[in-house]
Amino acid sequence: MNDWSRAVSARRGDDLAPPIDSVTGNRGLQIEEALIFEQDSPGHCGVDLPEPAPFRSRLGGLERQGPIGLPGISEPQIVRHFTRLSQKNYAIDTGLYPLGSCTMKHNPRLNEKLARLPGFADIHPLQPVKTVPGALALIDTLAHWLKTLTGLPAIALSPAAGAHGELCGIMAIRAALEARGDRRARVLVPESAHGTNPATAAACGYAVDPIPADETGRVDRAALEAKLGTDVAALMLTNPNTCGLFEREMIDIAAAVHAAGAFFYCDGANFNAIVGRVRPADLGIDCMHLNLHKTFSTPHGGGGPGSGPVALAASLAPYAPLPWIVHGSDGLELIEHKSGPAEHSLGRLKGFHGQMGMFVRALAYMMSHGSDGLRQVAEDAVLNANYLRARLADDLSLPFPGVCMHEVLFDDRFLKDTGVTTLDFAKALIDEGYHPMTMYFPLIVHGAMLIEPTETESKALLDWFISVMKRLAAVARAGDAARFRSAPEFTPRHRLDETAAARKPVLRWRPEPARREAAD
Amino acid sequence: MRYLPLTSSDRAEMLAAIGAPSIDALFADVPEPARLQGPLDLPRAMGEIEVERAISSMAARNVAAGSVPFFIGAGVYRHHIPAAVDHLIQRGEFLTSYTPYQPEIAQGTLQYLFEFQTQVALLTGMEVANASLYDGATACVEAVMMANRITGRRKAVLSGQLHPHYREVCETYARFVGFAVDAQHPIPGGEDLAALVDRDTSCVVVQNPDFFGEVRDYSELAQRCHEAGTLLVIVVTEILSLGAIRAPGEMGADIVAAEGQSLGNALNFGGPHVGLFATRDKFVRQMPGRLVGQTTDAAGRRGWVLTLSTREQHIRREKATSNICTNSGLCSLAFTIHLALLGETGLKRLACLNHAAAVKLAERIEAVPGVRLVNRAFFNEFAVRLPRPASEVVDRLAERGILAGVPASRFYPSRNELADLLLVAATELTTDADIDRLEGGLREMLS
Amino acid sequence: MSLLRFTRDHEWIRLDGDFAVVGITDYAQSQLGDVVYVELPEIGRRVDQGKEAAVVESVKAASEVYAPASGEVVEVNDALAADPAKVNADAMGEGWFLKLRLADAKELDGLLDEEAYRKFVEEQH
Repeated sequence: MNDWSRAVSARRGDDLAPPIDSVTGNRGLQIEEALIFEQDSPGHCGVDLPEPAPFRSRLGGLERQGPIGLPGISEPQIVRHFTRLSQKNYAIDTGLYPLGSCTMKHNPRLNEKLARLPGFADIHPLQPVKTVPGALALIDTLAHWLKTLTGLPAIALSPAAGAHGELCGIMAIRAALEARGDRRARVLVPESAHGTNPATAAACGYAVDPIPADETGRVDRAALEAKLGTDVAALMLTNPNTCGLFEREMIDIAAAVHAAGAFFYCDGANFNAIVGRVRPADLGIDCMHLNLHKTFSTPHGGGGPGSGPVALAASLAPYAPLPWIVHGSDGLELIEHKSGPAEHSLGRLKGFHGQMGMFVRALAYMMSHGSDGLRQVAEDAVLNANYLRARLADDLSLPFPGVCMHEVLFDDRFLKDTGVTTLDFAKALIDEGYHPMTMYFPLIVHGAMLIEPTETESKALLDWFISVMKRLAAVARAGDAARFRSAPEFTPRHRLDETAAARKPVLRWRPEPARREAAD
Repeated sequence: MRYLPLTSSDRAEMLAAIGAPSIDALFADVPEPARLQGPLDLPRAMGEIEVERAISSMAARNVAAGSVPFFIGAGVYRHHIPAAVDHLIQRGEFLTSYTPYQPEIAQGTLQYLFEFQTQVALLTGMEVANASLYDGATACVEAVMMANRITGRRKAVLSGQLHPHYREVCETYARFVGFAVDAQHPIPGGEDLAALVDRDTSCVVVQNPDFFGEVRDYSELAQRCHEAGTLLVIVVTEILSLGAIRAPGEMGADIVAAEGQSLGNALNFGGPHVGLFATRDKFVRQMPGRLVGQTTDAAGRRGWVLTLSTREQHIRREKATSNICTNSGLCSLAFTIHLALLGETGLKRLACLNHAAAVKLAERIEAVPGVRLVNRAFFNEFAVRLPRPASEVVDRLAERGILAGVPASRFYPSRNELADLLLVAATELTTDADIDRLEGGLREMLS
Repeated sequence: MSLLRFTRDHEWIRLDGDFAVVGITDYAQSQLGDVVYVELPEIGRRVDQGKEAAVVESVKAASEVYAPASGEVVEVNDALAADPAKVNADAMGEGWFLKLRLADAKELDGLLDEEAYRKFVEEQH
């Protein structure tokens, strides 16, 4: 043994020194990284640009005077800065996100490659349409896949995200009602619905009438039918619902809704459970938004961009927002104004044509799976969630026993009298290397924990996750509440003071007063 | 199948653990008439090579902007994106991370968003900015709705020089959300918006540089608005212009709604882009969208969290300021990185190069007989009147491999008085050879 | 002699002559958690019994505060803007929200007295 190996092997548990603080506050690979504004080297630049030749300005005397206040930093420093920031993030690429209703599945890199092809990334929405036939073809192909998967005859592709798609759907419903001279004032929304549902209905001028859940966690059909009337414009339902359960009576509910002259909106956030196994049109719905960043794998990107296309029944198709891509006599046409077939369109919801970058990614995903693969996606997603349910049923508490769909809902009864809350439990899970599950949603269950593994997790990974959850539940019941309340311990930051952040909002960096004076 | 890790023996074991006889048993709640017996009529799974081939062949049918002389703007601008930007945004910890609801494991996202909010506030000359919206057009309508909430009034006056898509989005929301929009006619030239302000006006919305590229000072309009208790919303569709021209905040804007695509984000056929939104501190609780705030953790260290969330849909539900959930995430990161690379000197120089290119372009095509420049002032885009319908000129030049700009008639097909108007943009990517081709093409077509 | 009454939505109202002071109860503030912001009505605004008069926000929730009685808002607690924590520290005193000129003092008859409210809160658990 040489000196080096002797020195290394001499360290045993007993003589390990107590934890130290580093000089810098850094912890190995975890670097305390300052803001770019605190790394300013005035005059530095991370881009080399040529000096413009002298010319006569034609800005009309409106030149910007004085400094903007942006920091100057070289490229190596910028690359290091953002690389270090990235290392403070959890991501699908690093581990499981058991987030119910978010469908955090693997984001294929082929999608990124294809979205960056110059033929898609480097084309302008206002180029003469004859110069972009391939773009129209891609959009039309995507539309065909989505129409086939939903069973609905039309699709609006411009909404930029799920919430935007909901707005589109409710606006289309209102337009259809107005077209038949029918002014209705109420929209029915289950109490378990995602907050965007009532927010959207209220935004469009409707009074929101909540419907309770029954004891099985599904919408209370009797209560729903009692609320139907000639002043109800629509029912907004999520299926599978936010408890992860399939709304069994959907077809009968649809019949009742239509008999009352109302429309049936389906929130498609949970489409991953049924894609390729069920066509929503067969359940009787009139419109449904899809989340390309959920079911169809486009990356969450830390909060966006998303894409929320809306599939529409024939009764709502005429009102679809602009632009439309239609099959004309000469090939695909782009309709940008309320004319011809689009004369009753509800108008624009967004600039230009929609989230093309996400269309490319989603189509690549769909083609990679195919109709058989997509059906397998739903089956594996549902299988994975039920496996978690079966293996954790005795360690956690299930408000609704029985088969679930792609996500399983637990509540906090198993933590009763432990002094550990759902929040504490979730923070402890972070220390174990997992992102927490969805917490406190849906609101109809106390201390909700909604877990959606998705189909891209292997059985081995699920078994590991199950063992961690079992262990944590046991530790909580054994009474070690303090360990949960101080969690997370091993992350770049401990629990942050959200109260202070909201009481005295600091929403931007500002220079120190002395520096500010110097700048003036 | 490469994205589905379960094997058939896994599936069998798992079904046994669940106590279900088959996968169909897990779908038993689906009513019989809705159960699909087999895969739908769509192509079966394709390997990576095939998918690449199929999608690349669609891409290959499009004329990429970089392959021809290119002069199209009108709200989306072709700029050079430094190579480092795309590499950094594709780091898995950025690309595949979720909304930063668990701040302890999302400080990367939260810190850059704090930097983004600061950059947007500095650029626009405003006090506070949010963490981005979908795009400039939706940012514009959110600004109008915010002005309605603040003033308690429900009528917005829109400049005729506002980008038509932005106006159309405002009109759609106005109809369904329930407010009024008084949109002026699109005449390139001055308009007297102050005269239209009354006690029912929540805001006046103008764009700078405007849809026809004109650059103006709105300070006086701001004053007149404020005297009437009305807010001034200034829209910016070419964010790079703020590296050269006076900021909206300095002109007295109350809300700035902008499109950030020019920094960090490719054309992408119109999406995804990134909406920027900034306002004064006193209005912060009426601001839609996500907000990142600074705070400390249990160990006293500086960190960041999403804050003022009670405005948002997941808490206020019916009473939310907006139904917005997603922001523009990765697009805002690209913006942040690009602007960080540019810094103070780089941004100003880049803006200068853009203006210089447009000045050179204007001089050259103004010299073509029959072409008349409309603008008194401009940044990197301007409007010219042609002796023939502009759409014909654009189509014929496209056939010759020149993307000569956008005819106003594309946006206003029934306004004959705009049929001869062409919008032309130049950026730091416009070369002398490009300008030669355009000038030559125009001379040929208009002689 | 001031009269103190409570609502089932956990607001309190203290009558002092023609005016009444309104706030949320200590139980309410404990349920809300740290108060971060209070949205108060404008002076002069008319409020109706049982309708929204103010909004109180914690980090994770926003709650409507309903007027226990109808009247005109004559004063609001401006101190809450700088220090919303007063609602947590002293909900029944310094954490008051607004003062009303009552339209009809008899409306208070239908509200709970201190003992009835205490029992009501116990039943909640």
